[in-house]
Amino acid sequence: MMIRVILPPHLRALARVGSELQLELNTTPTQRSVLDALEAAYPMLCGTIRDHVTQQRRPFLRFFAGGEDLSHDLPDAPLPDAVASGAEPLLILGAIAGG
Amino acid sequence: MSKVRVLVGTRKGAFMLTADGKRDKWEVSGPHFAGWELYHLKGSPADPNRIYASQTSGWFGQILQRSDDGGKTWFQPGTPPGETTGPGGMPKGESNKFVYDTSAQTGKPLTTHQWYDGTQHPWEFKRVWHLEPSLDDPNTVYAGVEDAALFRSADGGKTWQELAGLRGHGTGPKWQPGAGGMCLHTVILDPQHSGRIYTAISAAGAFRSDDAGVTWRPINKGLYSQYIPNPTAEVGHCVHHIAAPRSRPNLLFMQKHWDVMRSDNGGDSWTEVSGNLPTDFGFVIDVHAHEPETVYVVPIKSDGEHFPLDGKLRVYRSRSGGNEWEELARGLPERNCYVNVLRDAMAVDSLDSCGIYFGTTGGQVYVSPDSGDHWSPIVHDLPAVLSVEVQTLR
Repeated sequence: MMIRVILPPHLRALARVGSELQLELNTTPTQRSVLDALEAAYPMLCGTIRDHVTQQRRPFLRFFAGGEDLSHDLPDAPLPDAVASGAEPLLILGAIAGG
Repeated sequence: MSKVRVLVGTRKGAFMLTADGKRDKWEVSGPHFAGWELYHLKGSPADPNRIYASQTSGWFGQILQRSDDGGKTWFQPGTPPGETTGPGGMPKGESNKFVYDTSAQTGKPLTTHQWYDGTQHPWEFKRVWHLEPSLDDPNTVYAGVEDAALFRSADGGKTWQELAGLRGHGTGPKWQPGAGGMCLHTVILDPQHSGRIYTAISAAGAFRSDDAGVTWRPINKGLYSQYIPNPTAEVGHCVHHIAAPRSRPNLLFMQKHWDVMRSDNGGDSWTEVSGNLPTDFGFVIDVHAHEPETVYVVPIKSDGEHFPLDGKLRVYRSRSGGNEWEELARGLPERNCYVNVLRDAMAVDSLDSCGIYFGTTGGQVYVSPDSGDHWSPIVHDLPAVLSVEVQTLR
C-alpha cells in the first residue's frame, strides 16, 4: 500500500523532497512502521522526528490525520483507514513555539 | 594573494563572508540551512576546504553538516547524497547521533548532574555547541555538546564517540547548567603539547587532559565566584570562554562570568587580570595571532543586562597580557547600541596585519584589519550571531 506523508518545511529541505511524499508499505501502517519506512527511504531524517536512542517523538512535533491529533496514540496502534488507503496523508507538524 | 573566509553561525542560518587580504570589500553568501540555528562552523587547519557545521533545532534535534569544497556544497557525513541505507552498511543519519558512552570498557556510568534547584538530573543530549577540527587530520574533529560532554569523530564526522573520562572523572555530579544550559563550549587543542586538550563548561569550569582526552582533571585553582556556595570550589565556576595563543605554551586567557583571568602554567593556577576594564563581565575573549600578550574582550554591563555599558559598543585590548586595557572605539556604535556578543562570536585571522572579527546578537559582524585600531561592519542585518570563525587562505 502507498502511504502519503507531509513533512514540515525544514524537514522537506533536509530530505530534499516536495510538499508530499509517498512510501510503499508492506505491513500494517502505524506510526512506528511509517516512520521506519520514512527513515529507511530518507536516512537524513533519522533523529529529527523521534529521538535516536529512545525513539520517542520529539516534544515539539505532532502527528495528525483526518483532522485528528494522533500524537499520543501508541506507536504500534494502526493509523486511520483513510491513511492506510491513501485517501488522507499523515501530517507531521512542528508546534508553533518560539520565534 | 591571501584571502579570508569568515564563517558566521546565526539563529536562522549560516553565512560566509569572503574578502582578499585588504579586508575592505566583502562577498556574502547565505543563508545556508535557512531557518535553522547554526551554533558553530569551523574549518580544518589541515584542509581549509573541509568545514564542519553544527545545525540544530529545538524541533528537529541535531544535524551535523560537512563541506569538502569550502562551503559551496554540504552534506551529512553519515548520509552522503544519493546513498540510501545499505544492508550491513553504516546506519544513515549516524553523524547526527551523539550517545553518551556507558560501555564497560571506555564509558562511565551515566549518572546525574546538578539541576537548577540543587536536585540531581539525568544527562540528556541537546545540541553541539562547538566543533574543533584536529590541527593535522581533516577527518578528526571534536564536538563540545550540551549536556556537557566531549565527543570525537575520527571518520570525518560520520560517527561520534564520547571521551567519557571527562564527564566521568568524578566531579560530574557537581556540574550544573548556566543560564544557557549545561554546555561544553570551549575546546582548545594545544599545538605545543601533543595530546593536551583544554575544555570549558558552563557552569562547571575548565578541565585539562594530557592524554588526548582519556583522563581529565579540573583546572580552576585561583578562580573566585562569589555566586556559588564555596567561591573557590574545585568546580562550579561559570567559565564563558578561554583563548590560547598558538605560539606560547601554557599561556591561557579566560573570560569568566565575572573576571578576566590569566594562566601561565596551562591552567594549573589562574590570576585575575581585569585591571582597568569598565566591567569585567563578558563572553568573548581572543588573542592576537602574532602577539601572545595582546588580548581582546568585549565588556558587557552585567549578568542581568547583557549589553554594552552606556549603549556604546567597545572592544578592549591589552598589549600586556591583561591588567592594562585600552578602549577601541573607532568605527563602532557610539550610542543606542544594546546588543550582546556571545562566547564563540570573536575570531582572529593570521595575516601579517592581524584581523579581528566579532558578531553581535543584533546581526552585525565587525572587522578590524589592523589589530583593533579601526573597525567597520561587514554586514549589518543578519539574524542574531551565535559564532564567528575565520579562515586565512593563502
